[in-house]
Amino acid sequence: MSEFTLWDIVYNLLLAGRWTVLLSLTAFALGGLVGLILLMIRTAGNPWLVRLVRGYVELFQGTPLLMQLFIVFFGLPLIGLDVSPWVAATLGLTLFTSAFLTEIWRGCVESIGRGQWEASASLGMNFTQQMRYIVLPQAMRIAIPPTVGFSVQVVKGTAVASIIGFVELTKAGTMITNATYAPFTVYGCVALMYFLICYPLSLFARHLEGKFRHVAR
Amino acid sequence: MSLVELHAIHKSFGELEVLKGIDLAIDEGQVIALIGKSGSGKSTLLRTINGLEQIDSGVIMVGGNKISERDTDLLALRLQVGMVFQQFNLFPHYTALENVMLSPQVVKKQSKVEAKEIAEEMLAKVGLADKMMHYPDQLSGGQQQRVAIARALAMKPKVLLCDEVTSALDPELVNEVLAVVRKLAEEGMTLVMVTHEMRFAREVCDKLVFMHQGRIHETGDPEEVFSNPKTSELASFVGGLA
Ligand SMILES: Nc1ncnc2c1ncn2[C@@H]1O[C@H](COP(=O)(O)OP(=O)(O)O)[C@@H](O)[C@H]1O
Ligand SMILES: [Mg+2]
Repeated sequence: MSEFTLWDIVYNLLLAGRWTVLLSLTAFALGGLVGLILLMIRTAGNPWLVRLVRGYVELFQGTPLLMQLFIVFFGLPLIGLDVSPWVAATLGLTLFTSAFLTEIWRGCVESIGRGQWEASASLGMNFTQQMRYIVLPQAMRIAIPPTVGFSVQVVKGTAVASIIGFVELTKAGTMITNATYAPFTVYGCVALMYFLICYPLSLFARHLEGKFRHVAR
Repeated sequence: MSLVELHAIHKSFGELEVLKGIDLAIDEGQVIALIGKSGSGKSTLLRTINGLEQIDSGVIMVGGNKISERDTDLLALRLQVGMVFQQFNLFPHYTALENVMLSPQVVKKQSKVEAKEIAEEMLAKVGLADKMMHYPDQLSGGQQQRVAIARALAMKPKVLLCDEVTSALDPELVNEVLAVVRKLAEEGMTLVMVTHEMRFAREVCDKLVFMHQGRIHETGDPEEVFSNPKTSELASFVGGLA
């Protein structure tokens, strides 16, 4: 059995940690994009589409992320689509993220008073213009703390991808533990790395909040 | 032909019939005061003229064109009919200048330079040339309401609807807003205003419309109507204010 120094452990975890960061960023960016589209659909108010979006949100909020990942990873091959662990993890986390972000943001949009919609409507703005210039800029400020809070959930959620064989931080931790028989050291390092990713996110949120002054209510 | 014509407008909220057949013509340059008890349907009537409430039946004509519920018609309507609200409803994330510039740029696709020029002109008109860079939360209620008026005017509407524009203000701030409205009236702006400022209505308006239980109960020249109300409801309404 080869000898592992602490540096070896940290180095290998850092390599794998890049995948955790990349998966988090991709899932968050794509999930945010899909979430924004769903939010627009939900807010525009066509009853059938609203019901569809609501069902989507409830489906993903009401099942464990692990099951969602399993269904994507094992389900897609059944319809002839072979997906790599990376694609499955990205897709699963994107769906999960979009559902939660849509719901978080919907709450923020609904907290913008009726008067803002009416004033902008009376000035001749259409729905897209109202959203873009009036509602979203204000909702965004309110949305920052819960959104960043949720982004931390996404980072931690990527750990689930280890189960379908995607080598990110947690999976790497397990593999290194199997080689070193030093679980406490390895998982201690793993936990520290998650913390080092997540903590700056919280700091960033606080910074952003300060930047958006002048929003009433 | 009147600028705006309402024919047999009906509007209910669920079981509650709020407008029970309203006929009203608004002529160019006319200044109309809409008065009546709370809950008589004044706000709802103004909001239908601006398309903020869908009507159940009746016809709204603006400039001789019938307004349907199609979005393009609604937009055309709102380009001609501006509105000022009791609660100002300024956009809190924009400065006074940006509040006024936004719609001309976004809706009318005017250039930034053009929109800024108009906005500065309108803000000067309401006496706020020195507050353009202020955000709404840095302005008093009276100043906010004047920005709201400037914002509506920047769209160059043919009619301006004012729904109790001084009711949310501290008493000492009422006059600065009324002075602006008076100036607009003198310049020939067509105005429909819901107001409880009876003295102002009497001095400034050409026509008084008294609403009672969802109907136009009495209408006429303000001086005439105030001194000699024909219906007991208006008499008691006017009496109750004195
Ligand atoms: N969106 C609404 N939903 C239900 N009822 C409403 C709504 N808006 C107004 N009403 C009711 O319609 C009636 C007339 O209201 P409104 O037009 O605001 O009267 P006014 O402005 O003369 O005080 C009131 O009884 C009010 O409660
Ligand atoms: Mg009212």
